[in-house]
Amino acid sequence: MTATTTGPARPPGVVPSRGPAPDPPKGRRTGVPALRRHVHRYWQLWVMALPAIAFVAIFAYVPMYGLQLAFREFDFAAGLTGGEWVGLKYFRQFFESPQFWTLMRNTVVISMTTLVVGFVAPIALALMVNQVIGRRRKRFLQTATYLPHFISIVVIVGMLQVFLSPSSGLITRVAEMVGVSGSNFLGDTSAFVPVYVISEVWQHAGWNSIIYLAALASVDTQLYEAARIDGAGRFTIIRHIDIPALVPTMIILFILNMGTVLSTGFEKIFLMQNPLNLGVSEVLATYVYKIGILSNQFSYGTAIGLFNTLINFAFLVIANQIAKRVSNTSLW
Amino acid sequence: MRLSSLKHRTPGDIAFTIGLVVTCTVVLFVTLYPIYFVVIASVSDPTMVATGRVWFIPQGISWFGYEQILADQRIWTGYRNTILYTVVGTAVNLLVTLPAAYALSRREFRPRKVLMFFFAFTMFFNGGLIPMYLLLRDLNLLDNWLVFILPTAVNVYNLIIARAFFENSLPEELFEAATIDGSNYFQFFLRMALPLSMAIISVIGLYYLVQHWNDFFTGLVFVRDYDKQPLQIVLRDILISNQAFSGGAGGSGGSGGGSYAQQFADQIKYGVIVVSTLPVIVLYPFLQRYFEKGVLIGSVKG
Repeated sequence: MTATTTGPARPPGVVPSRGPAPDPPKGRRTGVPALRRHVHRYWQLWVMALPAIAFVAIFAYVPMYGLQLAFREFDFAAGLTGGEWVGLKYFRQFFESPQFWTLMRNTVVISMTTLVVGFVAPIALALMVNQVIGRRRKRFLQTATYLPHFISIVVIVGMLQVFLSPSSGLITRVAEMVGVSGSNFLGDTSAFVPVYVISEVWQHAGWNSIIYLAALASVDTQLYEAARIDGAGRFTIIRHIDIPALVPTMIILFILNMGTVLSTGFEKIFLMQNPLNLGVSEVLATYVYKIGILSNQFSYGTAIGLFNTLINFAFLVIANQIAKRVSNTSLW
Repeated sequence: MRLSSLKHRTPGDIAFTIGLVVTCTVVLFVTLYPIYFVVIASVSDPTMVATGRVWFIPQGISWFGYEQILADQRIWTGYRNTILYTVVGTAVNLLVTLPAAYALSRREFRPRKVLMFFFAFTMFFNGGLIPMYLLLRDLNLLDNWLVFILPTAVNVYNLIIARAFFENSLPEELFEAATIDGSNYFQFFLRMALPLSMAIISVIGLYYLVQHWNDFFTGLVFVRDYDKQPLQIVLRDILISNQAFSGGAGGSGGSGGGSYAQQFADQIKYGVIVVSTLPVIVLYPFLQRYFEKGVLIGSVKG
C-alpha cells in the first residue's frame, strides 16, 4: 500500500508484494540504466505494440522509402529502390506530356465539386433531420438515409449502369417523361461529373451527417427557448443557433477532406470509365494505375503518384493554416 | 421532443412544418426507391421491366435471373473467397490493432507520443501505388491470398478510435487495484481491458468486416489468378464488364440477340446486386447502432 501511494501509479510490471520495492523514479534519468529500467518496466507494452509497428513500418514506410524510384531509372534487379539516378527526368516528362493539363483539370474539377457538394449535403441533411419532431421518426429517417453507405462501390456503379442504360434504364425513362429524351448519361462527357457527384451524395450524405447530428444534440435547449421567447422563427433558429454550433465540426471535417482532394475515388472513377467519357474521367489516380501497373512504367508511374501525394499534402497544410487563422481550430 | 414547444405556433411555423414533411418524404423516397426497385426488378419479367411497366409492384414473376446466378460457379467462388478473407482478415486486424491501441493508451508509456506520430503520419502521406506494388512483388504477395490480409492488418483510424476508448473509458483506479493484486500489463489487458471494451471491439470489428467485404481494389491491382478473386471482382465482371453467363444471356454489347439478350442480362444484374448486397442489408439494422457509436467515438478529439 505504501509503495503505491508515494507516487504515480506503479506500472504493473513491478509486483510490489514480492521482495523490496525498487527505487521510485526520481526525475528523468538518461543512459543505459534508464534504458534498462524502461525495458524492464514496459517490455510488455512494447510487445503489444510491436506487431502494429511492424506492419505499418513494412506496408506504409517501406513504400515511402520506395518513392526514390521517382528519381531513378527502374531496374528490374534493383526493384523498389531503382537503379541509376535520373533526377527530375520523369517529372519533366509528365509536366511536358500532352495529358498533363487534361489530367489536372479532370482531377481538380471532380475532386473540388465532390468536396464542396459532398461537404454541404450532410450538413443540410443533419439540419433537416434535427428539425423532425419525434424520436422514432427521426431514427427512421436517419437509419434509412445511411443505408446506401454500406453498398459496395462495384454495386453502386452497377446500379448506375442499369438505371442509366440508354435503352431501358429507370432514370433514362423518368428523364424521357419530363422531356429529356435520347440521353446516354454514362457516355455523355457533360454528364460524368454530375452523375459521379450526385451518386456520391446519395451514398454518403446520410452517413456523414451522423457526426453533425451528434453536435446538434449537444446544443443547450435553453438557447432554443430563449430564441422562441424573443420571437425567432425556425429558420432564424437554424441560422443563428444550429449552424454556429456546427462550425468547429465543419472545420475539422473540411480540413480532413481537403487532404484527400486529389486522391478521391480511384475505384469508383475507374469503374465508371468508358471510352466515351475518358476525356473527362481520366484522373491522376487512374492514370498512375494505367501507366504504372498496366504498362509497367514503374518510375514514371511513381513520379506521377508522388506529384499527386505532394499536392494533397499541400492542400491539407493550407486548409489547416487557414482554419487556424480564421477560427483557432486546427488539426495540429 | 425538446423541439415540440416549437410546433405550430405561427403561420410561419406551419409553413415550415409542411415544407419539412415534403422534403423529408422526397429524401426518403430518393434514398430507398432505387434499392426497392432493384429488388422488384430482379423477380419481374425482364421485358416488362425494360418497357417501363414495373414501378412499385413486381410484374410477371420470373426467377430466371436467380436460376442463372445460382448455377454460375464464379459467384460461389467469389463468395467463398470473400468470406475467407473477411473472417481471417478481421481476426488478424483485431489481434494486431487492440493490443497496440492499449499500449498507446497508457499515459505512463513515454514513447507513445512518438509512436502516435509514427502511425498518424501515414494517414496524410504515403508511398503511392507503384512502390506498394513493387514491395508486394518483392514479398511474393502478388497473386497470394495473404495480400488481402497483411497490407491492411492495421487501419490507423481504427487504432486511434480504440486508443481513445481505452484512454477515456477505463477507470485508472481499476488499473491501480489490479496492479496491487499483482497483475501485469498482459493480464490487465486480457482480464480487465478487453472484457470491459466489448463495445469498441465490436465497432472496429464491424468497420474491418465491411472493409474486407467491399474490398475491390486489392483484387483488381494485386491479384491475377481468378480463383483467388473476391466477390467484388466477380461482380465487376458481371455488372460492369457485361461478361456473359453460361446460359447465353448477358453481353449487352453483343450484336446477335439484341435487346432480348440485354433484358435478360439486366435481370441477372438486378439479381446479382440483391444476392451480393443481401448479407449486408440484412445485418445492417442490427449493426447500425454500433456503427453510429463508432463514428461518434472517432470524433472524440485526442
